[in-house]
Amino acid sequence: MEAATAPAIMRGEPLSAAAAMKRPSRFGDKAFEWLTLAMALTVAVLVILIGWQLWQGSLLAIRKFGFHFLTTSTWDPNAEEFGALPFIYGTLISSLIALLIAVPLSIATAAYLTELAPWWIRQPLASLIEMLAAIPSVILGLWGIFVMIPWLRDYPFPWLKRLFGWTPFFTGPIYGPSMLAGGIIIAVMILPIITSVSREILRSVPDLQREAAYGLGATRWEATRIAVLSYAKKGLFGAVILGLGRALGETMAVTMVIGNTPQIAASLFKPGYTLASVLANEFTEATSDIYLQALFEIGLVLFGVTILVNLLAQLLLRTITTTSATRAVQ
Amino acid sequence: MEDLVMETPEQTVMERLQQGSAPPPEAEMPPARTFEVKNLSIWYGEKRAIDTVTLDVASNAVTAIIGPSGCGKSTFLRALNRMHELTPRTRMEGTVLLHGEDLYSSAIDPAIVRRRVGMIFQKSNPFPTMTIGENVVIGLRLNGVRNQKFLNERLEKSLRMAALWDEVKDDLNKPGTSLSGGQQQRLCIARALAVEPEVILMDEPCSALDPIATAKIEELIYELKAKYTIVTVTHNMQQAGRISDYTAFFYLGRLIEFGPTTKIFTNPTEKQTEDYITGRFG
Amino acid sequence: MDTRRSDNHPWRRFKSALASVIAFISAAFVITPLGLVFFYLLVNGASSVNWAFFTKLPAPVGAPGGGMANAIVGSLELLAIAGIIGIPVGVLGGVYLAEYGSARINSILRFLADVLNGVPSITWGVVVYGLVVLRFKGFSAYAGGLALGLIMIPLIVRTTEEVILLVPNGYREASLALGVGRWKTIVHIVMKTASKGIITGILLALARVGGETAPLLFTAFGNRFWNHSLNQPIAALPLQVFTYAISPYDDWHRQAWAGALVLVTGIFCVNVLVRVLTRGRGASVV
Repeated sequence: MEAATAPAIMRGEPLSAAAAMKRPSRFGDKAFEWLTLAMALTVAVLVILIGWQLWQGSLLAIRKFGFHFLTTSTWDPNAEEFGALPFIYGTLISSLIALLIAVPLSIATAAYLTELAPWWIRQPLASLIEMLAAIPSVILGLWGIFVMIPWLRDYPFPWLKRLFGWTPFFTGPIYGPSMLAGGIIIAVMILPIITSVSREILRSVPDLQREAAYGLGATRWEATRIAVLSYAKKGLFGAVILGLGRALGETMAVTMVIGNTPQIAASLFKPGYTLASVLANEFTEATSDIYLQALFEIGLVLFGVTILVNLLAQLLLRTITTTSATRAVQ
Repeated sequence: MEDLVMETPEQTVMERLQQGSAPPPEAEMPPARTFEVKNLSIWYGEKRAIDTVTLDVASNAVTAIIGPSGCGKSTFLRALNRMHELTPRTRMEGTVLLHGEDLYSSAIDPAIVRRRVGMIFQKSNPFPTMTIGENVVIGLRLNGVRNQKFLNERLEKSLRMAALWDEVKDDLNKPGTSLSGGQQQRLCIARALAVEPEVILMDEPCSALDPIATAKIEELIYELKAKYTIVTVTHNMQQAGRISDYTAFFYLGRLIEFGPTTKIFTNPTEKQTEDYITGRFG
Repeated sequence: MDTRRSDNHPWRRFKSALASVIAFISAAFVITPLGLVFFYLLVNGASSVNWAFFTKLPAPVGAPGGGMANAIVGSLELLAIAGIIGIPVGVLGGVYLAEYGSARINSILRFLADVLNGVPSITWGVVVYGLVVLRFKGFSAYAGGLALGLIMIPLIVRTTEEVILLVPNGYREASLALGVGRWKTIVHIVMKTASKGIITGILLALARVGGETAPLLFTAFGNRFWNHSLNQPIAALPLQVFTYAISPYDDWHRQAWAGALVLVTGIFCVNVLVRVLTRGRGASVV
């Protein structure tokens, strides 16, 4: 079947549809497929790009410091001695504190939202929590500096010191900006994500499980504990790891409240420093090549750690859930 | 495989009856066939869905395809416009000729095949983002037709042929989905007719419709066969008996029997056919 | 457990009620920060959000007054650049994952996109610093926009893919049965049907990167004045809030609150808009 040429229309003759329609283009189909493939492949390219760029940028430092970079605790730009240990310590401790606070709260809230709350409260509450997730880190940091830290300094911290001052964790003077403040603010930032992913996971537990428990005469809490929470253990663990991944990379809010002092101290009242914070603070101050390279290497360490943790989280979540839980990551 | 009773493309039975007599079949002009299918086999992966089917589809007639679930009726229907190729890992052997042309030759673009052989689906699917009018002409527009006057003419003509014009002519700007189920299916028919196919394939077009809407569609099929060749899959045997001129009975991918509908339903040759018709299995 | 012993029940019921209360309190703890943040944003920021705020440039260091006009405009410019990079790549990439490809390749790409979504945003800043700022010897709006755009790509890929997968197959078949080719079917029928979902995914990605500070710290870098060339450093609202917040000047603190209020309001408006767009027919988009 051939497409008609223009003259037929211009002569005013009635056309058949077949004559009026254009030839289908196989080229168009192939081109579109290749175009979209190229766009989809960018995600793979980006992962490689990040790794390569960070590696390239830190080569000098890697060659100079080697593995000791990860174990040295001196960070002295003037003397050109760079060790990442204080930041690794700070990142781990602040994230750990954040998890200790956020995980119980988040999972309890997720259980509340899916099992225990009256039905009319569920969606509004869930929406509020999603709104919390939308608050940018820098704004939470602003609130952290001017509202949270003064309050912490006046009430909870002295109280903690009174009760637990005999332990090494709560000794020393209370300045305000501290490892503990950093941990708390990270907790606030990761609460929404752990809650929403946990919620998706709990929702995906088949009703059959719940019905079986209720059918045996279980109370609300018993059914939740036996039928839902233990069934969803693996997924909940994945949600926690996801929260950890987010905590490790948290930058602005932490930088604003943690004190930014590269030291390793037991007391949580002392200021600390994280991998992300040192990048935020010192990148533009790097005066020498080796300084910059050391910072790139910090970026590489941070990237490596978060990639591993996120990989683990995704693997855990993928083995048991639908795409909705991984979607909740965003 | 069987004798086919042919009608001339230019005259319908009604017209010939009005002329005084319908000439006996033997005095007809040489048979006009739309499709010639020879030894068609289709595989989905390892599974053979259609097994060496040979059958000719008469022009300007309704051919019904019946059989129990899973017997390959839909697969066979889709093979007639190469829609089965949308499923991954399909393979076919044999030939399908449309008016003598090989539909599966590498020279033919499947898109052209589908313009000549249109399809109506079980669940009516007018495009949700478009109005009634836009739905009807979308096939033409996406295939490159720009002439607005032509499109408007085609819009009215297709809707009239689908017996829908009077019902929607004032509502052409309403969404396609605002119509009732039966009207939506007729809208889909109008949409298919707009690109002027030679054949209309229908995959259980009435199975989602109530009896009144079904009756309207069946009436429409009867009217359409004057200009088009129609092949319809149906699981409803009474419907096949009502509307079709020829019937093909499939079972487990094989063509068991094919012939004029009256013969299949009153005096089938194969025992399996008879068993199915009489409801001994289904 | 002998459930017929009636004196067992009150204790179990009490435990259940207690658990509900504890869970409720946890939920309250989770949303309290939201309330507190909003409260202080309003209290501290509302009074400073005035006409001058929206129209004036920052005052000299230490001097009172001035505004964040350049930061607001700068953020919009950065979002435009980010959008130009992130939206086409993200949408088309999502189309590929939904319409083409094999199960194995697609699941690997999906996995990589999800992993990318978990990369700390400051990392993107470091990467773009190496790629663009070092190479072209300067901070620029291009660099900042690129960093934000790269963050958007895996976000939009995933949201686009999800909504396109939701489009019922019947529409694709109907279009193909009319003799319409594959790419036209995808663009004019499938993507059109999913357009609302695609747009809301884009809006959410824009809102998300609009609040990002870390990737801009050493790419866009910030600017006390108007940006006149995309090759120059440019101010951005979150950046300005950060700079002012950690400064020693009270007046700047006041303006930081104002800037934060404006930023949060913008982001929340987008989120509400998205919610409004996705209401009805129960179609969950993100």
